[in-house]
Amino acid sequence: MARYAILIDHDYCTGCHTCEVACQQEHSYPVGTNGVTVREYEYEANGRVKIDYLPFFTEHCDFCTARLARQEQPACVKHCQARCMEFGLSNDLGETMKERPRAALFTHVPHR
Amino acid sequence: MSQTQVFHTTAWSAGPGCHGGCGQKVYVEDGKMVRIEGDEAHPWSQGRSCPKVLALTQYMYHPDRITRPLKRVGARGEGRFEPISWDEALDTCEARMKDLRTKYGAESVVFAQGTGRDIGGPITLLCYSFGSPNWVQLGLSGHSCYTPRLGAMKGIFGDFAVADCSQFLEKRYADPQWVPPEIIITWGQDSTTGCPDGFFGHWVVDCMRLGTKIIAVDPRSTWLTSRALHHLQLRPGTDGALALAMINVIISEGLYDREFVEKWVHGFDQLAARAREYPLDKAAAITDLPAADIAAAARAFARAKQAAIQWGVPVDMCADGTSVAQAISCLTAITGNIDKPGGEVIARPSHGVTAYPFSTEELIKLYGEDLIKRMNEKRVGADKYPRVKNFRGWAQPDMVIDQIHSGKPYPIKGAWIQTANIIGGQAARAGFHLEAMQKLEFVVAVDLFHNPTTMALADIVLPAATFPEKNSIRSWWAPLLTIKKHVQVGECRSDWEINFAMAKRFNPEGLARWNSVEDMFDERLAPSGFTFRQLYEQGGWKMPEDGPSKPYRRHERGLLRMDGKPGFNTPTGKVEVYSETFKSWGLDPLPQYTEPPQSATATPDLYRKYPLIMITGARSQLFFHAEHRMIPWLREKMPDPYVEVHPDTAARYGVYDGEWVYLENDMGRVKRKVKVSRRVKAGHVHTMHGWWMPEREGKAPDLFGVWDYQINKIIPGPQSSTSGFGGGQYKTTLCTLTKIEH
Ligand code: SF4
Ligand code: SF4
Repeated sequence: MARYAILIDHDYCTGCHTCEVACQQEHSYPVGTNGVTVREYEYEANGRVKIDYLPFFTEHCDFCTARLARQEQPACVKHCQARCMEFGLSNDLGETMKERPRAALFTHVPHR
Repeated sequence: MSQTQVFHTTAWSAGPGCHGGCGQKVYVEDGKMVRIEGDEAHPWSQGRSCPKVLALTQYMYHPDRITRPLKRVGARGEGRFEPISWDEALDTCEARMKDLRTKYGAESVVFAQGTGRDIGGPITLLCYSFGSPNWVQLGLSGHSCYTPRLGAMKGIFGDFAVADCSQFLEKRYADPQWVPPEIIITWGQDSTTGCPDGFFGHWVVDCMRLGTKIIAVDPRSTWLTSRALHHLQLRPGTDGALALAMINVIISEGLYDREFVEKWVHGFDQLAARAREYPLDKAAAITDLPAADIAAAARAFARAKQAAIQWGVPVDMCADGTSVAQAISCLTAITGNIDKPGGEVIARPSHGVTAYPFSTEELIKLYGEDLIKRMNEKRVGADKYPRVKNFRGWAQPDMVIDQIHSGKPYPIKGAWIQTANIIGGQAARAGFHLEAMQKLEFVVAVDLFHNPTTMALADIVLPAATFPEKNSIRSWWAPLLTIKKHVQVGECRSDWEINFAMAKRFNPEGLARWNSVEDMFDERLAPSGFTFRQLYEQGGWKMPEDGPSKPYRRHERGLLRMDGKPGFNTPTGKVEVYSETFKSWGLDPLPQYTEPPQSATATPDLYRKYPLIMITGARSQLFFHAEHRMIPWLREKMPDPYVEVHPDTAARYGVYDGEWVYLENDMGRVKRKVKVSRRVKAGHVHTMHGWWMPEREGKAPDLFGVWDYQINKIIPGPQSSTSGFGGGQYKTTLCTLTKIEH
């Protein structure tokens, strides 16, 4: 069954922190609580230092139910400066994913 | 439930604090802003936002925000302030400033601002109405922020230019005239960390998605350098040698744009001869880069059909910043990348609107002949540096602070400081700045929060508005924009309102025709055909129409020169890689390379004692310079000031990740938390600037812990450039790292 999901274009998250504060504002989350936190990875590949980022979603993510009801994008997806996130149904995003060199698909059932 | 209303506006200055330009939607309930979101209809940012804007409710309604005018009641530094009325505050300022003017002359009061915010207009209005020629970015050594680059571009192109990311076109990336740059050189800039100089940083990322390849000139590794075609990880401050070597490769291998050079470039042969002084092996030795990498990057840039350069303050902060900017501009010139799609486009303010007057005629009309005379004769630095004299109205910051301290050649006794935390922020030799400024007889600080500068120095503090609390206009390139007031917080007023009210007291005749700041905006906007209200109501933004403000190839169409002839707005009508303007000012018309004032070769003894090159000032999306450390949603993501230390360096000094250490040199020491990281090379360390701790005791001597954390305390001055612009040593100072013994 298709579920809501967020597709993250792994090549393009710049670690700008916008998604994190967007989520905190949307839900009035206090410091220490967030639907999404950005993680940084530093490693070496092909003789180069590589810096990658990836947003990590937590149980505080409700896929912005209130915004969905108003037909608005989730706050994180809308404001992402690198436009590296897409919101949709997991099946559709799974198709989109095939065209991306590196991508991660996140899905969960909010408020279990 | 009360009704929520949604309004559009533009972000600039207080709030995010930055150079602004993005479109935001303000959600208001019962007169309070309850939420803010990006405006999808806005062509600049297209619905996006940033952490600083999205945390704005925490900023605007912060319990520590200053919301009433204050007067100091204890001694300076004691931290005792009392609220007063606006009338009393402005009356006091008027009386004290007039008193200084009578005793010491108008030039004895300086008007100080920080970075490129919506301050230039209001502060010059006040400074010039008062009659002082001394408008200054006090503390910013060498005025090393964009002014050197602007000066270089003016001297070479006769205009300013920016990387073309379609920002002048209403349909943006979808406009059929535009093509993405094949290459963008990000020169001394990590474009993902913010929006400097009228440029939304992530436009570079947008272009990358559309196929643009990056050549990154950066001593550090970042997300951007990880993805670059070439990463030129140079020794800090050697950018000039790199640029000259690239010019040499491009010319000697015949890779330059012959047609463009023949038709439009002045002084090509002289440039070629100068560049020959920088062969690859020499440049490689200076820059610490493999010669092959320099050559490969130069070739890739020259072979691209269209290529752009997006640059940052490290260019200005080279030992001779303007000269380095000249060299980099020459790269654009000889490859024919000026004012073509996906190249470097000439940047003129949309609709020819400038938010405040620049021209001599306009200045005389508003402020009288006397001011012009004082600007030429009394402006600090104008007699020493031709570029200070001839380019823009700034006084030279390093000389201003020395003069405040010495009282020579004339005394400086007062300062009007507008949203600039000099002591906790940009001041190189920060301790000396405090010592000197304590001599001032009267200091006004316009600000939003107490900080080391207000605490240590202010006699009067005036509460400034954030962008949703104010009206203003913006014409920094394109589009033409309105900033519209939608809420009021406490008794805060916009910088424009504050300064307009003060300026009227000093210059009632000159400003008689305006009753409000909106009247002024209407007059400034006149070339666009809109009033302030009309421009706001039709969406708040307008892209340039066909004419001098709209790309492309304006030099071919006769749109750049006053005489209407084809060509560039320079004395020869060509792009002057050999700048006749600079020559007429007695400056080197060609770019050259100068070694940083401190380095292994320039100061070998110092280098033995302090063998680490300290890079400071990389930007963060979370904080703007010395701001935002009190905003919970932002601070939690970077609670401590850290220093990036390469694993080999960490091993050599026996320090571990997370350990607190001192960064130290002859000027003192500053605390930092070690972040062991390969982002920096061994032998370099990097740390962010602007740190003080709002949670610590404000009163002196603690001043919010500023002397423990202010990295500019150990940055020397004065600047080292020949032109007076450039050469702040923020990226090249030597230091060592010592453990904190407990
Ligand atoms: S979808 Fe909504 S709730 Fe989930 S992380 Fe994004 S902003 Fe937070
Ligand atoms: S907003 Fe987008 S680019 Fe920025 S950190 Fe989040 S996912 Fe990454």
